[in-house]
Amino acid sequence: MKTLWPTLFAAVMTANPAAAQTPATLLPAQSEITFTSTQMGVPVDGRFRKFDAKVTLDPKKPETGSVALTIDAASATLGVTETDAEFIKPNWFDTAKFAQASFKSTAIKALGGGRFEVAGTLTIKGTTQPLTVPVTVTSSGAQSIAAGSFTIKRLVFKIGEAEWADTSLVANEVQVRFKLALAGLPPL
Amino acid sequence: MARAAPTATTSTIPTDRYGATAIALHWLLAVAIIGSFGVGLYMADLPFSPLRLKLFSWHKWAGVTILALSAVRLLWRLAHRPPALPARMLAAMPRWQRIAHPATHGLLYALFFAVPLSGWAYSSAAGFPVVWFGVLPLPDWVAVDKPLADAVLKPLHHAFAFALGAAVLVHVAAALKHQLVDQDGLIWRIWPRKTNP
Repeated sequence: MKTLWPTLFAAVMTANPAAAQTPATLLPAQSEITFTSTQMGVPVDGRFRKFDAKVTLDPKKPETGSVALTIDAASATLGVTETDAEFIKPNWFDTAKFAQASFKSTAIKALGGGRFEVAGTLTIKGTTQPLTVPVTVTSSGAQSIAAGSFTIKRLVFKIGEAEWADTSLVANEVQVRFKLALAGLPPL
Repeated sequence: MARAAPTATTSTIPTDRYGATAIALHWLLAVAIIGSFGVGLYMADLPFSPLRLKLFSWHKWAGVTILALSAVRLLWRLAHRPPALPARMLAAMPRWQRIAHPATHGLLYALFFAVPLSGWAYSSAAGFPVVWFGVLPLPDWVAVDKPLADAVLKPLHHAFAFALGAAVLVHVAAALKHQLVDQDGLIWRIWPRKTNP
């Protein structure tokens, strides 16, 4: 019987949600990170095609959780081939030097009703800035959705340099929206 | 506006002139359409740059302005019939010209609407809603559909624009023929001055 103990222990650990401090798994096909920039008054939607998230969050003990998001900067697209080819260049995301953008949480606070306030740091193109994001978590069955939005100022991160720094061409404010589908997040 | 005193003659072969509003709309739209056509030709092959973004925006703003002014112009024309051709001129025209004259005007008017509407649809389908002068967002009457934009609406907009260019050339050629070959002074009906020369 002694040899069964490790197996039993493992089974108990994974079945017990309170102890689930293993990161939830991101379901990329159901997840999206989109952004809206404004070109001469025209809202233009884009998205990142490649990103990953490590989310460890027990909704009952959010302060012990953490969120780490990495985004492949070269996967930014407006759905226009010519523009996408420009995004990787030094004036924009400079992906040769800065392949990834990232967000790392420093504190998570429950606001009630499945809403959380995630404070952390956002790094894009080598510039790191503090950022606090309101996140709403909903779960259905084994799948949870963490969604929210925030606005960044692109010039703080030098996204669009030289002649593109002109905010009458491309507005400074860029709205970012995310919807992360996660498997393995403990229920609310 | 300071202007050389017109020579006081009474050579008033076409007696009826277009009204001041019709004349103003004709020349305003002539400048806007020829300008937009030129900008459109030039910008299409530009590489990604602030200039390209500006020209595309200006082209769209001009296109919507042309569309709106063309609607005003059509309504004005329906309410204020243009002067009929002088009877002598009509009698001298061969049958094909009597057909070509209203047909060219009809085609021009149809394209005044078809060119900007197809451009607006193309922009919407490509995922770039039109915001008039960067201030007034216009509705997308075509949903975002990139294959439709690239395969259908872009070539359609180009085809309509070149058709309009061809119709304008026919119109200008006919006007020059009347002025230089027939020397019948027909052009003064639409010329922006108060009296015939």
